[in-house]
Amino acid sequence: MHRFVYALLIIAGFSVSTARVEAAVLDQIKAKGFLQCGVSQGIPGFSSPDDKGNWTGLDVDVCRAIAAAIFNDPTKVKYTPLSAKDRFTALQSAEIDVLSRNTTWTLSRDTSLGLNFTGVIYYDGQGFMVRKDKKVNSALELSGASVCTQTGTTTELNVADFFRSRKMKYDIVAFATADETVKAYDSGRCDVFTTDVSQLTAEKLKLAKPDDHIILPEIISKEPLGPVVRQGDEQWFDVVKWTLYAMINAEELGVTSKNVTEMTKSPNPEIKRLLGIEGKFGEALGLSNDWGVRILKHVGNYGEIFDRNVGANSKLNIDRGLNKLWSKGGLQYAPPIR
Amino acid sequence: MSETASEISKIADAGRRSRRSLLDDPRLRAILLQALLLIVVAGLGWALFENVRANLASRNIASGFGFFDVTAGFAIGQTLIPYAESSTYGRAFVVGLLNTLLVSGIGIVLTTVLGFLIGVARLSRNALLSRLAGAYVEVVRNLPLLFQILFWYLAVLGTMPGPRQSLSIPGGVYLNNRGIMLPKPLFGAGSGAILIAFLAGCALAWMLSLWARRRRAAGKTVATGWITLALVIAPPAAAFVLAGAPISFERPELTGFNFSGGLRILPEFLALLVALVTYTAAYIAEIVRAGILAIPRGQAEAAYSLGLRRAPTLRLVVLPQAMRVIVPPLTSQYLNLTKNSSLAAAIGYPDFFYVFAGTTLNQTGQAIEIIAITMAVYLLISLLTSAAMNVYNRRLALQER
Amino acid sequence: MAGDAAFVRTALTASQPPPIPAGPLHGIVRGLFFGPLNIALTLFSIFLIALLVLPLMRFLFVDAAWQGTDSTACLGVSGACWPFIWAKLGQFIYGVYPEALRWRPDLVFALGALLLAPLLVQSAPFKRLNAFLFFAIYPVAGFVLLTGGNLDLKHFLLGRLLAWDIFGSATAAGLHLSFWSDYGASALLLAALAAAGATLLRARARNAALAVLAVLAVFAVVGAMLLAVDLDLGLAPVETRSWGGLMVTLVVAVTGIVASLPLGIMLALGRRSEMPIIRLLSVIFIEFWRGVPLITVLFFATYMLPLFLPTGVSVDGLLRVLIGVALFSAAYMAEVVRGGLQAIPRGQYEAAQALGLGYWRTMIEVVLPQALAIVIPGIVNNFIGLFKDTTLVLIVAIFDLLGQLRAAFADPAWAGPTTLYTGFAFAGIIYFVFCYGMSRYAHLLELRAAAVQR
Repeated sequence: MHRFVYALLIIAGFSVSTARVEAAVLDQIKAKGFLQCGVSQGIPGFSSPDDKGNWTGLDVDVCRAIAAAIFNDPTKVKYTPLSAKDRFTALQSAEIDVLSRNTTWTLSRDTSLGLNFTGVIYYDGQGFMVRKDKKVNSALELSGASVCTQTGTTTELNVADFFRSRKMKYDIVAFATADETVKAYDSGRCDVFTTDVSQLTAEKLKLAKPDDHIILPEIISKEPLGPVVRQGDEQWFDVVKWTLYAMINAEELGVTSKNVTEMTKSPNPEIKRLLGIEGKFGEALGLSNDWGVRILKHVGNYGEIFDRNVGANSKLNIDRGLNKLWSKGGLQYAPPIR
Repeated sequence: MSETASEISKIADAGRRSRRSLLDDPRLRAILLQALLLIVVAGLGWALFENVRANLASRNIASGFGFFDVTAGFAIGQTLIPYAESSTYGRAFVVGLLNTLLVSGIGIVLTTVLGFLIGVARLSRNALLSRLAGAYVEVVRNLPLLFQILFWYLAVLGTMPGPRQSLSIPGGVYLNNRGIMLPKPLFGAGSGAILIAFLAGCALAWMLSLWARRRRAAGKTVATGWITLALVIAPPAAAFVLAGAPISFERPELTGFNFSGGLRILPEFLALLVALVTYTAAYIAEIVRAGILAIPRGQAEAAYSLGLRRAPTLRLVVLPQAMRVIVPPLTSQYLNLTKNSSLAAAIGYPDFFYVFAGTTLNQTGQAIEIIAITMAVYLLISLLTSAAMNVYNRRLALQER
Repeated sequence: MAGDAAFVRTALTASQPPPIPAGPLHGIVRGLFFGPLNIALTLFSIFLIALLVLPLMRFLFVDAAWQGTDSTACLGVSGACWPFIWAKLGQFIYGVYPEALRWRPDLVFALGALLLAPLLVQSAPFKRLNAFLFFAIYPVAGFVLLTGGNLDLKHFLLGRLLAWDIFGSATAAGLHLSFWSDYGASALLLAALAAAGATLLRARARNAALAVLAVLAVFAVVGAMLLAVDLDLGLAPVETRSWGGLMVTLVVAVTGIVASLPLGIMLALGRRSEMPIIRLLSVIFIEFWRGVPLITVLFFATYMLPLFLPTGVSVDGLLRVLIGVALFSAAYMAEVVRGGLQAIPRGQYEAAQALGLGYWRTMIEVVLPQALAIVIPGIVNNFIGLFKDTTLVLIVAIFDLLGQLRAAFADPAWAGPTTLYTGFAFAGIIYFVFCYGMSRYAHLLELRAAAVQR
């Protein structure tokens, strides 16, 4: 009899510990005091650590912008470096709050993996890099080649589609991390290195002799890259999404990290709404109303972070191309804040 | 008399009535303790299960095993059975599993041979050879396996020349940074006859060995080595000639980027295999050495005094007895080798862990199902290997009368 | 009789010289060249040595570049590029641990060496105090030094179950009052529960008092440790993400061994228990962990564990890996300890029982001291295995020594032809020194044990 009572007591103890209230991600982040952000294991321009462990890059700036919007402090981020293969498991299990790791938006990731893509930070496409001395000018001449790629990426699937649909033969050599892939390509394990063109440009800097390699002109896929969150928390999804849109809208409106303080006096109602002078848009997101100012002051607008990390002011020097604003012939287009 | 009896029963009664703790009964205590443990374990399991269920539901993560029938869409670098990008995840599972079994199977055979050689060499009378074997064991055992895999892959095979500057070995074999290219045998019509002749030769050799064993039991010496060799080689060779040489070789040739044709052994496979074989062999050498040393010297001395030389003494007297000591730890080395083959993930050899718990997991996002299956498969391989080795061990066990 | 034999020698043959003539050199020469097979083996050995050792020496010393600050120092050098190691040494040892704070891991290394050395020398005095310092105080001190302590514990049992929050977020010396009041209350509550349980089971007064005292003692010990890691000592916090290199290798290996030993002993006892359910659970646990590869365990601990925990509960990534490694090596440790337990003659158990000792006293005072003494070499071997296995954390993106090495290879600034070999040589020497040292120590203990038995 007594034993039975104890058994009940213990079971009750466990149910109390499991019957928890699902706390919102934003509240959890505020409570723990930092944002846990999943990034790459080192792709220059997008997310890479220096010798001291400080992270920089376009994807890193997204994390910093979110942290700035929440805490008014872009340094309140902890970075979890992830390989392409492990990134979704880490996000699904809530090991990280947001995944900002040049991740391609696809249907299956948006549905059966239980993820939500919050937008596109970089419109990319997949390309091929080969050694110049192979005398190859087009991807169509690659039949019979050994192809190095990273496993767990859309790249791995696209390259399969590309060669299969053209009845070209190839040997796939798939590695777990980007560094392994680059190293293998550089040592001659493969003839071709394939991934998104932006990443090819970045990884080229890691080769022993970057000038001995060329990126072939063909782009074989659409790769819209963007930050990802888990499903099941609409508020957090909105926070990440609108942090991105705020940066794009700011570029469109000409608000930069330098002029943001003056711009608070601007008569333009759109700027007033972005910077929280009019309306309570920040509160609607669960943030403070000056969230736009915080993002712009600490991190900058989309054009600034693009130029600083991958564009004209960086070692990568990638042309903005598709990533120009819609008003300048590109695809970057943010819904209005109102 | 009756007074004493009533006295005793009174004391016993008092004992029975006195307030006794339930904890004083060891059986009850054991039951209580086990019940408590079972409840804690079950409760913990239930809590974990409940958490997973709630987390999966709130995050809309797909679950179930339906993904086995879905098209995989990715290519695999080494496939033992036909596999294309349009095959299913189920087939990718089998491809990965076969790759794991291939590397562990070949690894186990080679590491046993190497391990026995080094173990015997350590006990050699030749001081230089035994020191060398000892140094090998110490160096290899004291470096991490992953370190050795990376060393073989990056520092040895990774620095081989490209296909155009391949190292050429006579007989149509080429070595370069894409692996080893071997001539591939093509079996034409009539190859079946060779196989049948080979099997027949083996059967004859087996019967010969049975006969020789009976002769030896009767105390006669028989040398069957050369006859056995002839029986295994001659019939298939004769069949080969009679059938008009149906086996031809496809030589690897350099076309475009790579060699085409022939058999190709991937450098990833090679690096993993070499590292696993050399690493495990160092442990097996120690097991063999300990096994041989466990046999009393008198056994070898008795054999010498019967006139046997060192090699037959080792082969016929010492090793068969040492095997009883060797087999149990040998089994766990085989299991280690199989489990260690999962380190393929570090160099991109498409083994089971890499294909299934890596690529498939990433594409389907169903981590729980896939890691559970992965663990179950490795457990199953372990259990099957132990079972097989146990059967062998039982055959070796001393038949005590 | 003699007539049956075909031949009977009538004269003695001349005596032959001794098989191995005197003189050390002659012995060696004959030892290596006494027959065609041996000559072949000797020549083969010499060939192997010439093939491996000479080029290695040339590479490491003769042809090596020793000085310089960048890769230009190694241009045109065919031997080792040691400047590469000098430049990356900080990363190899500490990862990206902040440079200004590297005295803290240094102090932890030094303390560890200082406490461990006398523990390994059997004749050194103060064994008990030494062991207490090393196994109880040192881990806590090391934790505080490496992480910076000041954990900011906020909730204990009552805080989670009943939202105990009477002090709000009030703190004193970096301690949250609500946590510590909660902790004290929980201790009293559980002690009361133990007393109630004892009464319900009609335990003797002495046993009941012991149960209550045991609960309070556990709380006091754990509380002292928590207090140490919760105090704000003014050390800057360093998150485990920025740990790396040899430091992580040692942290994982040492924590693994310290945690797995008691766990392994419990599992070994469980496996030999007479209670069927306890035996079954122990066997399942041990065989499960021994049957799966460590990388599946690490993957699970790193990326999947949060799925199994209530939302919002987060455990540090390195800690999760440590737990995985500890459970994994506990299963192996259990088998080593079981070997020792099996080697203790039945008479020892029976004698202890005859003296009236209970199960635990039999085990702790009679059986385990003997059993553990037998398996010390096995435990050290297990530790070597664990030390080598720490390299696998590389697969879950924790950069130990091998991980840092691999990362250093990716640095284009040092992309010389010999950096690869230099890196492997350097890491190889470090791993070898550690593992070989440990295996020699195990060998020494074995010899000593054998000498005692004789």
